[in-house]
Amino acid sequence: MSSSATGTSRCAACRNQRRRCPTDCIFSPHFPSTDPERFDAVHRIYGASKVAKMLEEIPPEMRGPAANALHFEAKCRIRDPVYGCVGIISTLNEEIRDTGTELAKLRARVAFLASGAQERQLGQDYTIVDDHWTEQQQIGNVVL
Amino acid sequence: MYSSGSYNSPCAACKFLRRKCMAGCIFAPYFPPEEPQKFANVHKIFGASNVTKLLNELLPHQREDAVNSLAYEAEARVRDPVYGCVGAISYLQRQVHRLQKELDAANADLIRRGYDTYNTNNSNSSSGGMVDPLNTMQVPIQPSTAQRQQGLGGGFYQSFGIPYPLPWSNDHHHVNGPEGEGGGGGNM
Repeated sequence: MSSSATGTSRCAACRNQRRRCPTDCIFSPHFPSTDPERFDAVHRIYGASKVAKMLEEIPPEMRGPAANALHFEAKCRIRDPVYGCVGIISTLNEEIRDTGTELAKLRARVAFLASGAQERQLGQDYTIVDDHWTEQQQIGNVVL
Repeated sequence: MYSSGSYNSPCAACKFLRRKCMAGCIFAPYFPPEEPQKFANVHKIFGASNVTKLLNELLPHQREDAVNSLAYEAEARVRDPVYGCVGAISYLQRQVHRLQKELDAANADLIRRGYDTYNTNNSNSSSGGMVDPLNTMQVPIQPSTAQRQQGLGGGFYQSFGIPYPLPWSNDHHHVNGPEGEGGGGGNM
């Protein structure tokens, strides 16, 4: 088995591509040989050359997150070949819409209860019975 | 000049690839010549042969949705080369969590007020107060946050969580574009 110049094993990408893994291999920091499934997924959906090109266009410090995102999207597409991760976006949008609607209803109900409580509180201090103020004055409950 | 078998103009894919658009071209129904950017994006991210392979693995009635979702992902990645669609997912996840917290707070408020209403109604013999005609003891409309999370996405999303640190973290250390960019927020 061939190895890179430093004597370490090939990365998962170079193993998959059956080639020597150079010391400056763009894949090796993000597709270690310990996780061959990770590269298999991105290779299946994007292809090795597309992945390499995408990583080359990104600053080195951002390649890790980019590789993670590519892996996630590839796994989504393998799992759901029609919608991929766009299916998750649709689900989340629906959840946001439904939750927002329920929240609005709930707040309306809270407002309703709050207004009812306020009126009941007023009713304990102020008793108004049509125009019969005299009656209430006798009872002693009217405060005008 | 290239032409399809039906003498219409070549599809956007064949125009891009500079080849003859044959009758039965797998791309033609989904990449009309009026939308060249759609195929350009898909080709940049996935490549023509990968798209062909993906489409051939699907039934014909599934291909339009598949192409549209691929185009959506490709555009998201062109706009955000680091996070692509995952950036949008992360942003939407935060929105869901925020709304669920607000819902839980509103539920708690409702229960408290409903309890107060119930007690007030029972202790106040005057009929001057209003009563919620539905129920004096209010119950939450929604189940708890945990129960809602279990039902989220019908199992696919819930069982396939994002295992990586995501952009748009609470300390807002995101790099690419404002929240909501990267093609997020669209419905398929």
